[in-house]
Amino acid sequence: MIPSAKLERSIDRDEKVSANKLHATQYIVVLVLAVLAAGMWRLQILGADSYRVLAEANRVRKEPVRAPRGKIFDREGRIMVDNYPSVSCYLLREQGKDLNADIPMIARGLDLPVDQIEATLRRFASSPKYVPIPLKQDITQDEQAFIEAHRNELPELETFDEQRRLYPRDGFAAHLIGYVGELSAEDLNSSKYDFYQPGDVVGKSGVEETYDEVLRGTDGSRDVIVDSHGKEFGKPLAQQLAIPGKDLRLTIDLDVQRAAELAMQGHNGALVAMDPHTGEILAMVSRPAFDPNQFSVRLTREYWSQIVNDPDHPMMNKAIQAQDAPGSTFKIIMSLAGLEEGVAQDMRVMCNGGGTFYGRFFACDKHHGMVDIEHGIEWSCDTFYYTLAEKLGIDTIAKYATEVGLSQKTGVDLPEEASGTMPSTAWKLKTQHEKWYAGEAISVGIGQGAVQVTPLQLARALGGIASGGVLKRPHVVFPDELPPDMLLAIQSTYPGSGDRVVAITPENWETITDAMAAVTVTGTASAVHLEGIDFAGKTGTAQLVNHSIGGNNLLTGNARANAWFVGMAPRRNPDIVVAVLAEHGGWGAEAAAPLAAQVISAFVNKQRKKDGNVLLTDAPKPATSPAPNMNGVPTAMATPAVHPGAPNAPAVKQP
Amino acid sequence: MPRISSFRDFDWMLMGLVFLMSIISVLEIKSATLHTRFRGFDHKQIGFLLVGLLLMYLISMIDYHRLVDIAPWAYGIGLLFLLAVRLVGTKVAGGRRWINLGGGIHFQPSEWVKLVLILMMARYFWGLAGRRLSWADIAKAFALIIVPMYFVLKQPDLGTALTYLPVLVVGLFLGGIRPKQSAVILLLFALLGGAAWVSGKRLKSYQMARITSFINPDTDPRGTGYQIRQSLIAVGAGGLWGKGTNQGTQTQGDFLPIPYTDFIFAAFCEEHGFVGGVGILLLYFLILMRLIEIAQQASDVPGAFIVMGLVAVLLFQIVVNIGMVVGLMPVTGIPLPLMSYGGSSILFTFLALGIVMNIRMRRFVN
Repeated sequence: MIPSAKLERSIDRDEKVSANKLHATQYIVVLVLAVLAAGMWRLQILGADSYRVLAEANRVRKEPVRAPRGKIFDREGRIMVDNYPSVSCYLLREQGKDLNADIPMIARGLDLPVDQIEATLRRFASSPKYVPIPLKQDITQDEQAFIEAHRNELPELETFDEQRRLYPRDGFAAHLIGYVGELSAEDLNSSKYDFYQPGDVVGKSGVEETYDEVLRGTDGSRDVIVDSHGKEFGKPLAQQLAIPGKDLRLTIDLDVQRAAELAMQGHNGALVAMDPHTGEILAMVSRPAFDPNQFSVRLTREYWSQIVNDPDHPMMNKAIQAQDAPGSTFKIIMSLAGLEEGVAQDMRVMCNGGGTFYGRFFACDKHHGMVDIEHGIEWSCDTFYYTLAEKLGIDTIAKYATEVGLSQKTGVDLPEEASGTMPSTAWKLKTQHEKWYAGEAISVGIGQGAVQVTPLQLARALGGIASGGVLKRPHVVFPDELPPDMLLAIQSTYPGSGDRVVAITPENWETITDAMAAVTVTGTASAVHLEGIDFAGKTGTAQLVNHSIGGNNLLTGNARANAWFVGMAPRRNPDIVVAVLAEHGGWGAEAAAPLAAQVISAFVNKQRKKDGNVLLTDAPKPATSPAPNMNGVPTAMATPAVHPGAPNAPAVKQP
Repeated sequence: MPRISSFRDFDWMLMGLVFLMSIISVLEIKSATLHTRFRGFDHKQIGFLLVGLLLMYLISMIDYHRLVDIAPWAYGIGLLFLLAVRLVGTKVAGGRRWINLGGGIHFQPSEWVKLVLILMMARYFWGLAGRRLSWADIAKAFALIIVPMYFVLKQPDLGTALTYLPVLVVGLFLGGIRPKQSAVILLLFALLGGAAWVSGKRLKSYQMARITSFINPDTDPRGTGYQIRQSLIAVGAGGLWGKGTNQGTQTQGDFLPIPYTDFIFAAFCEEHGFVGGVGILLLYFLILMRLIEIAQQASDVPGAFIVMGLVAVLLFQIVVNIGMVVGLMPVTGIPLPLMSYGGSSILFTFLALGIVMNIRMRRFVN
C-alpha cells in the first residue's frame, strides 16, 4: 500500500517541492497573523475603554462597613451596653446566579427556615443588586466553616465582621435600654424610616430607640477587589470610613439600678427612682423582663411567642406604660387639693371603719377614730378622704391632679409612654357621654375608680409636691450633653407636662411632707422604718375589684390588689423619690414599701460614702419660696460647709 | 556517510526565537497561576522545556530519513496507543485522553500521533514522486489522517483531532492537488458539515454549546459563553500597553478560565496589552518564516514536507487559539504552541523542531 521510502529515495532524490507554493504559504502566514492582529486591535484599541469598565465591574464590589453603635454608660461612666465583634452572613446577588436553586442548601448550612430566606430575598427585591442581603447575624463557627467549605458551590455567601450589641444579662434595665433590631418591612413603609435602607439595624425600644440618631453613627463602605468566586483579595481600592456612633451617658446610677433590680426580684411590676431636683431618672425596672440580647441577634420564633403570650407582659415597660389605680398614694394629691383649697386644715373626721356617702357605705380598713389631715396621711384613713372628696368634688380634685401631671405624659425621653387617666365631669362627658354622679368622686378620693397613673407619673407628682411644687421633666439622658437642636427634637417627639411649678403654700408643704415622714415611723409603713434616714412616703393598696374597695379583702391571684409605695428622702426637697408598683402584691406597706426602702437606703448609703459622711438632712424650713435648690445641686450632695452638721457627725434622722 | 552534524550547524536564530517564546511563556504562566492552586506550574513548565531541549538535541542527531523509514511502524504503534486510551485511559474532565504511566506522568498519545502523521504524510507524498494526484491518492491521504482522527474525536478531543487536518491540507497542497480537486473536496465537506449541523448528532452537546455560545455569548453566561466573555474582557481591558505583569485583574481574579493553558494569550494581552500581543504575533511570524525558509532550503521532498507539516500545525493552532481568545473563533480547547502550559504540547513542538534542525543541518547534503 505505502511505497517503500528506501526504494523511492533512490529514484527521486532530486525532486523538490515547488518554490512558488512555499512562497504562497508565507503570504498565508502574513495574512492570517494580520487578521489576528486586527482582532486584537478591535478589542484592545477600539474597545479598550468599555472592556476596562467591564473588568472593573467584574472585580470591584462595594461592601458596607457598619458603624459600631455608641456605647451606653451610667451617670458615673460605668458601662451598661457594650459591643462585641461578631460575624454575619450576607448574600451577594451580583454573581448572575440562580439563587433560588441554592436556597435549600443555604437553609441547611445556616440552619434557617427556607421560607425565612425567601421572605428576606423578597424584602430586598427592589434594592440595588450590589447591596448585600443580611441572611444571618452572629453566625456560629460551624456555620462559618460551612460557608468557607462551600465557596465554590455557594460563592454568593459572604461573611462580614460586625460589631454587635452586648446587653446586660438577666434583663437588667432591659426596658430602659431597649434593644436594636433590623428594620422590618413594615418599618420601612413608615415615614419615620424614610432615610433608612433594608437591613439597617436601628434602636427599636427604650434608649436605643429615642437616641438612635446619637448611637447609630454613619455606615461607611469599601470598594474591595474580589475574584470570580466573590472572595476578597488584595487591598481595598477605596474606602469611606464608618463614623462610629457617639457614646451616651445615662442619668441612671448603676448602684441604684442594681438595688432596684434586686428589690424587684420575684415581683411583677415596676420601680422607678428619680432625682426630683432635676428629673434625672436614677433607676428604672420593670418586671418580668426580657433578654434584649435575644432581640439584637437572633430572635427565635419560640422566644418571641413566649414573650408575647406571657400574661405578665414582659415587653411592657411598666414604669411608664402600666396604667393602674394609684390607691392610697393618691391621698397625697387629695391632701394637696384639700389644703390648698383651705378645706382640709381644720377637717376632723370620725372613722368607724367607713362611712355612708350618697346613700352607699364606703369601707375603711380600720376603725381609726378621730382623724385629722396629718393622721389621714399617716394612717391612710379612707373615711377621711371619702369625706374630703365629697367636700372638694371631682373637678377640684381633677384640677390639682392635672396640675401635678396626672392624665398627661410626663415627657420622659422614652418611647410609648402612657398618659393615664384622671376622671372629671368633662372627662366623663367626653369619653362616656354621660353626666358625672357626685357619688363617683368618693372612691376617687382614695385613688380608686377611674383614676389611672403610671409609676413614673406618681413618682414625679409626689416627688414634686415634696419639692414644694417644682416638677421636672423626667429624663434618662443629661439634656446639656445633647446638641440643642436634638434636645428640642426629642422633647417635641416625646411631649408631656415637662417642667412646671405648682404653687404650694409653705405650711401645706410642711404638713404633707411631715405626715409622709410619719408614715414610715408610726404610720402604715412603720415596718420599713429606716434608722438614720429621713425617709418619707405613702403606701397604696389598689383594689382591682370594685365591690371590695376600701375594705380588708384584697382577694387573691390576678384579682389581688396592687401594692404601691412612693418613698423619698429626705422628706422635703428630696434627693430621690422612688415609686414601686408590685402587681397583685396585696398591701402596699407589706409588698411595695420594703422594696422602695431598699433602694432609698442603697442610694443614701452611697451618697454618704461618697461625700464623706455628709448628713442627709432635711431641707430648711420653708421661707418665702418653697422652691428648693434652684441651682440644681441636690441637698445631700451640697458641700458640708453649707450645712451645720459637723463633717464626721453621724447622720441623724430629723423629727 | 555525510559529514557529522555539529552544534555549529544548529539554527541558532530559530533556537533564539523559540527560547525567547519559552521565557515569555514561563513568565506568563507564573503570573497566571500566582493566586491559584496551580501556583508553581512555571517551574514544571521549565522542567518540560529542559526535557524538550534534550529530546530536541537527541532527535536532531538522527538522520530524518531514518525517521521517515520507521514512520509506518510509528503509525501502527500510534494507532495501538489511541486504542489503548479508549480502553485503559485516564478520564479527566469528561475526556479519556491520557494514559497514566505512574509517578504522576501522563502520556497523551494524540499529541505524539501528530508528529507521526507529519512524518507519515512526508513519506506518503514522497512516494507519489511528484506525479499528478489521482482521486485514489487523495483518498489514501485522507484515510491516513481520518483513522487516528476518528479515535481522537471519540476520546472526545475535538481540538487535537482538528490539528491533524492541517497536516493533510499542507500535504495535499504541496503534493500537487489540482484546484478542481480541492474545489470538489471543499464542496463535499460543506455538504457533509451542513448535514451534520442540521442533524445535530455528530457533535457532542458541549461542542454544540461552544458553537452556539460563540455566536451568542450571552446564552450561557456561566459556561462557555462566560469563558469567551471573560477572555474578551481580559484582552480588551489590556488596552494598548496592558496592565503590567501580575496586574491583570481578569487573570489574577480568576475570572479568566484556565489562564495558563488555553487562555494564556488572553492573560498575556491583559497584562501586556496590544503592544505585547503583537510582539508575540511578530515572534510567531519570525519563527514561521524561518521554518518556511528551512523548508525551501531542504535538500529533498520529505525534508520540506516535514517542515511544512510543522508550519501548518503551528499556524493552525495559533489561528484557532488566538482566534478563540479574541472572539474570532469558537472555543475548541487547543493549546497555543510555545506559550501554553503542558508537557505533551511542548514535547511535540520540541521534537518536531529537533527534526527540523536535522533537516536544516542536512540542507547541503546531496
